Amino acid sequence: MRPLSGLLVCAALLASSARAATAVVDATGREIRLAAPAQRVYAAGPPASLLVYAIDPHKLLGWTRALRPDEAAFLPPDAARLPELGRLTGRGNSANVETVLRARPQLIVDVGSTSPYFASLAERVEAQTGIPYALFDGRIEATPATLRALGRLMGEQARAERLATWYEAELADARRRVALVPRDARPRVYYGRGIAGLQTGGGGSINVEVLDFLGAVNVAEEARAGLVAVPIEQILLWNPEVILTTDPDFWRAARQDPRWRAVRAVETQRVYLSPHLPFGWFDFPPGANRLLGVWWAGKLLYPRAFDFDLRAKVAEFYQLFYHREPTPAQLDALLGEPGVLPR
Amino acid sequence: MRSTLLAYVLALAALLALTALAFTVGRYPVPIGQLIDLLIGKSQALPPTARTVLFEIRGPRVLSALLVGAALAAAGTAYQGMFRNPLVSPDILGVSTGAALGAVGAIFLSLGVFATQLFAFGGGLAAVALVYWIGSRMRGHEPMLALVLTGVVIGTLLGSAIALLKYLADPYNQLPAITFWLLGSLAAIAPQDLAVAAPLALAGLAPMLLLRWRVNLLSLPDDEARALGVDTRRLRSVVVAAATLMTAAAVAVSGIIGWVGLLIPHAARLVVGPHFGRLLPLSMLIGAAFLLAVDTLCRTIAPIEVPPGVLTALIGTPFFLWLFALSRRGW
Repeated sequence: MRPLSGLLVCAALLASSARAATAVVDATGREIRLAAPAQRVYAAGPPASLLVYAIDPHKLLGWTRALRPDEAAFLPPDAARLPELGRLTGRGNSANVETVLRARPQLIVDVGSTSPYFASLAERVEAQTGIPYALFDGRIEATPATLRALGRLMGEQARAERLATWYEAELADARRRVALVPRDARPRVYYGRGIAGLQTGGGGSINVEVLDFLGAVNVAEEARAGLVAVPIEQILLWNPEVILTTDPDFWRAARQDPRWRAVRAVETQRVYLSPHLPFGWFDFPPGANRLLGVWWAGKLLYPRAFDFDLRAKVAEFYQLFYHREPTPAQLDALLGEPGVLPR
Repeated sequence: MRSTLLAYVLALAALLALTALAFTVGRYPVPIGQLIDLLIGKSQALPPTARTVLFEIRGPRVLSALLVGAALAAAGTAYQGMFRNPLVSPDILGVSTGAALGAVGAIFLSLGVFATQLFAFGGGLAAVALVYWIGSRMRGHEPMLALVLTGVVIGTLLGSAIALLKYLADPYNQLPAITFWLLGSLAAIAPQDLAVAAPLALAGLAPMLLLRWRVNLLSLPDDEARALGVDTRRLRSVVVAAATLMTAAAVAVSGIIGWVGLLIPHAARLVVGPHFGRLLPLSMLIGAAFLLAVDTLCRTIAPIEVPPGVLTALIGTPFFLWLFALSRRGW
């Protein structure tokens, strides 16, 4: 009787400790239980790919879209060999569920919006495939928590903790620098998207989260959240002091097109183009990568407060999250591209 | 005849008044005094922004609304007369869908603004050429019916190609750009767009005006027209080419703006009857005024752009149903 009950207690203890290691409550409040830490993870969208890859590249089953050569150049050679599995989340859903299953994932992860739509999507896919589906918050501020939760699910607590702590410290540092800039010393910013630069993110939209984090004055704050098209006259009226863009065509056009000439940012040559390799810095994909955008835009908007060496910071981020420090030539290409930084 | 003249005068007056109004309103306030100074050439002392707004932004946009409105209405008038069908709009032979596929392809390949317009223009022409080529080879059918049916099927095929490209596009970057293009807008019009589109649209208009008396004969059955000594096949191909050229030029700069080409010819026909020579100019006047009014609302009522296609549909649907209920006469 006694040894048996002792065994039972032991087993129960073991079970509970195992469960404690691999049960995580995701951002929608659902408990994700894994029998063992996931060794094979399918990331449902680019922000999730990036985090899983950062924690352990060997556990990522594939990218949602195969890397292009210019993107792959910034990652170790193994990264380019990962297959294309498609996206399983929201709009532009391109994954074949059977293809995903064939990759034998033990965990599906999505990082991004945690609205009821995405939560119900997660539940559906989980019910359909029988594979645990964790959904985490993709906001910049939530990245450390997401990293930690993901680290537990993947059994990589130490590595995830290191990334999370580093990320937290960097966010705190950026926040401290932002606080140094008085409200009235913050320039009015327009973020121009699309080849004509006439689309922007309204106040509170995911596209301008970097601006919101920086406490910057988004001229389109009054527009509804989400991507909106704006008349060029409205931009003249807003008369932004700085224009940021992710589109090289618009960056060129803004500097040459007479319609933009009267905008203050164009007059004073403060129109800047965000780097985008291997993943965008400023807007998309909307993931942890946008810390780079925080630094970049911080330096452009508040040069005195963000007085660090951007080159060294970028190298550090790439080393930590992309597992490869950029070569000096790559850093030159990233930061020296016309429009990225003031001359 | 007198009522026709009156209709022309009224439409022209409305158009001029609307144009004047459109120049004075916009998100960027330019006082009327400055506008007048600018227009009569006394612009030296004025802030350069007012100049930019008037000559680079608002002016081209107002003119492009007039151009696109007139072009779509003209093409719609020609097609409706030719097909003897009131439900026909300029994209019946696939010009809009072809243009959309061209533009979406260019966005998918991350080409620039000019390439996107070029692809749209080329796509529109190519789609209609394909439809016409196939349709005119469908012997043993009534030629108009063959054309329309071919247009519908090819249009569906092109629509699937667009859907495929949307599906494959980068969801963060290209997909929104595609969606915005397909919604149609005059927001991005620059003077150089107008400089390219206007001559093309006029080149399409010229044969329609020159042949305006004969175009009427296209609404007769083929044998009757032939008895009157008109080579309907050739005439029809000229009219299709002209209407396509106009529509493609318009769509290349504006994206897809529905309803104008369907609705306006009806309204005009209600006033002056189906005679093409009388109908075409009035249709163009009303089309220009209508799209100008819509676009002026689009760029003024909110800090963000309102897609003109949404407004034309909101106005167009009830108006069209009302017209349809009202009119019983045939061609």
